[in-house]
Amino acid sequence: MVLDSKVPDGPLAEKWDNHRFSTKLVAPQNRRKFSIIVVGTGLAGGAAAATFGEMGYNVKSFCFQDSARRAHSIAAQGGINAAKNYKNDGDSVYRLFYDTIKGGDYRAREANVYRLAEISRNIIDQCVAQGVPFAREYGGLLDNRSFGGAQVSRTFYARGQTGQQLELGAYQALMRQVELGTVQLHTRHEMLDLVVADGRAAGIVVRDLVTGEIESHSAHAVILATGGYNNAFYLSTGAKGCNVTAIWRAHRRGAYFANPCYTQIHPTCIPVSGDYQSKLTLMSESLRNDGRVWAATKQDENRKPGDIPESERDYFLERRYPSFGNLVPRDVASRAAKKVVDDGFGVGDIHNGVYLDFADAIARLGRATIEQRYGNLFDMYAKITGDDPYKSPMRIYPAVHYTMGGLWVDYNLMSNLPGLFVAGEANFSDHGANRLGASALMQGLADGYFVLPATVPGELANQLGSAPVATTDAAFRDAEEAVTERVSRFLGTGGSHSPDFYHRKLGRILWDNCGMARNAGGLKKAIEEIGNLREDFERDLKILGNGDSLNQSLEKAGRVADFFELGQLMCQDALHREESCGGHFREEHQTPDGEALRDDDKFAYVAAWEHAGTGKPATLHKEDLVFEYAHPSQRSYK
Amino acid sequence: MNLSLTLKVWRQQGPDDEGCFETYQANDITEHMSFLEMLDVVNEQLLAENKEPIAFDHDCREGICGMCGVVINGKPHGPNGGTTTCQLHMRHFKSGDTITVEPWRARAFPVIKDLVVNRGAFDKIIQAGGFITAPTGGAQDANLTLVSKATADTAMDAAACIGCGACVAACPNGAGQLFTAAKVSHLNLLPQGQPERWARVTSMVDTMETYFGSCTNYGECEAVCPAGISINFIAQMNRDYLRAKFKDKRGQIRQVDVADEG
Repeated sequence: MVLDSKVPDGPLAEKWDNHRFSTKLVAPQNRRKFSIIVVGTGLAGGAAAATFGEMGYNVKSFCFQDSARRAHSIAAQGGINAAKNYKNDGDSVYRLFYDTIKGGDYRAREANVYRLAEISRNIIDQCVAQGVPFAREYGGLLDNRSFGGAQVSRTFYARGQTGQQLELGAYQALMRQVELGTVQLHTRHEMLDLVVADGRAAGIVVRDLVTGEIESHSAHAVILATGGYNNAFYLSTGAKGCNVTAIWRAHRRGAYFANPCYTQIHPTCIPVSGDYQSKLTLMSESLRNDGRVWAATKQDENRKPGDIPESERDYFLERRYPSFGNLVPRDVASRAAKKVVDDGFGVGDIHNGVYLDFADAIARLGRATIEQRYGNLFDMYAKITGDDPYKSPMRIYPAVHYTMGGLWVDYNLMSNLPGLFVAGEANFSDHGANRLGASALMQGLADGYFVLPATVPGELANQLGSAPVATTDAAFRDAEEAVTERVSRFLGTGGSHSPDFYHRKLGRILWDNCGMARNAGGLKKAIEEIGNLREDFERDLKILGNGDSLNQSLEKAGRVADFFELGQLMCQDALHREESCGGHFREEHQTPDGEALRDDDKFAYVAAWEHAGTGKPATLHKEDLVFEYAHPSQRSYK
Repeated sequence: MNLSLTLKVWRQQGPDDEGCFETYQANDITEHMSFLEMLDVVNEQLLAENKEPIAFDHDCREGICGMCGVVINGKPHGPNGGTTTCQLHMRHFKSGDTITVEPWRARAFPVIKDLVVNRGAFDKIIQAGGFITAPTGGAQDANLTLVSKATADTAMDAAACIGCGACVAACPNGAGQLFTAAKVSHLNLLPQGQPERWARVTSMVDTMETYFGSCTNYGECEAVCPAGISINFIAQMNRDYLRAKFKDKRGQIRQVDVADEG
């Protein structure tokens, strides 16, 4: 199948305006005749559901958490980018576009990224109008901070809780619509299948997590805004509930999965402390504004940080990248930290981290300023580790954080299945092979508040006068049966191990072979090992309790089962991409000084995979990436 | 050093079940584990003994989503104060301790299963007015609204509420004042929140009172709040509520005057 990105013609800066004008509209009096399903209530899903409700559509919104406010967008710490140029430091829409394309290592679609940069300005306006308490200067104007991969200050923030405040803004707008009756909200409901009728997305099958009831919901359009799949690695900065099930089930129903191997490793997380570890905690990238990263200059360093003299510290980011220093992009910082730890220069009791040191900043700015900027992050660090970062440096190490891959979508954010839209981290669209800091919040809200409300009506307009497929249709019956059968299979396996037992093993395989550095041998081995592990899971899974009430082990089993299949696809994608780009680093392809070596002649394309059956290699479709404005060059942050 | 603990955990099959405490041993617990990671270990052990794992809510495990929360030795989120259950680490317990683990206990939060409760009443309060009406698309440039740093900081102090419900669980009356006051204050302090200020506080407080008990100034809520929300915000909410009620009266009088003139 030919992938048509539907990028509009015309100059880059005019594409979005022209496209909005040429897209069909649905008149206000007709909107109530259409129903839209939105799965997920994070920034993208919450914003979309609220906005469609405001416009007058009938919206059904779903989340697996107990409240729409808890989606994992809430945990984003550092900030949100916008090309406002409030700092008068040379920022512009074009510069944000250029930084994002370059940061993504020339593997993103130009037109989408330009649109994102344009919309970034509207997002800040919208959020301030909603009452998001962004940080302010004394005169009452908005404050900005710097973030990795940029030489301008364009990041808006609300202490270290920017994601929380933006999420609450979207949640509050959503709850206003719930009260007005335009949005029907279903919490503690998990989407377990997509229903496709006559080649179109017709609805979803969900399980009520409290009663166990399997329900069908139909609509004219289905929007999946279900987040990323970093939990495939078991240990990640994702919430424990983050999962791939919604988009994976859509993939199995025909939606293409794009660039699954593009995963982002965040450089500044608290290192692992033991086998029981259930998640990794991120320390915001904004800390690199004032913190200096260093490791020991000799191997097996056992002295306390304060006892290591200045001359025996290696500020390796400042040494290797003098012009960006501690603010190089995430993938570059992560690989540099991995290298010093692999070479034996790691610090801490088990030498598995590097230091992020604030001593200079505290001496320069005073403790009060540092407390104001990062107080909650310092407290969080102290709670988790028992160490006081005001007195001794933080220990950090990279961890899996974000997944740039996701369902393939065109310029309208519609997948290859008509009627199925995908937004936020769940799609692949804007970050290429590496996402810059403070750009995830920007993309989620751009998709939810501004892009989907402009593009979905174009798809709905053609359906005026036709009712959604009835939930009594055979397509819904079949999907419900498949879901019910799967639930009883998990409950009836009668083996001896929990879903977590398998999930940890899968995570280890992926981290070792498809993590920060990958090679052909490891990836082939991983595909085989995951296949074996999945077979073992099918034979020896143990779930107690029943399917008619809250059963958290049962929920996990379904998610882990999907992670197995996804894990194999991630490895297949990583194996086929014989180059290094952004977060995808193939050891076979690097420059003499260890930087990622792209192959633009062979791999300047989006890899969109079509499902071919469990355990079978997926089929590759390509969307060529054309760079008319930002011409690919080797990224240099030196 | 590893800890050996005795856990007394509330088990309840469903909303209609009576529920009771069960006692479990938790051995080989390391001090770096979080409280929830300790429960993970116990759950693996229960599964091996063919006992159904303990159901408990949790998600981000970094103290911000507000999904987790259990009462530990009588105190919501445990002995430390100012933290969520997921950020409570086992280094704060000693070997040989007996730990009692219960769900939030409040009439407004019925138990769903074991340690999981339904906090939907909080959503109802937000629905009633915990927002600024600003439909997507109509906003002016963000820097046209000046907000003094002091106001923005205080609004942010209030907005930091994570909606976990510990305040309600800690309150002898099961009152929802701290949660409601945090949201009312966040929005009522900001210039953008002024047009709906009086209607917001009235509607949110009235909705709160249909679900939750009354506030009698115990202050237990503030002591357990993981986000450090101050009870001063309750005073702020009460002031606004009273002023709103007077304004209501004045409004009625004005309407009557207008009718008379007619």
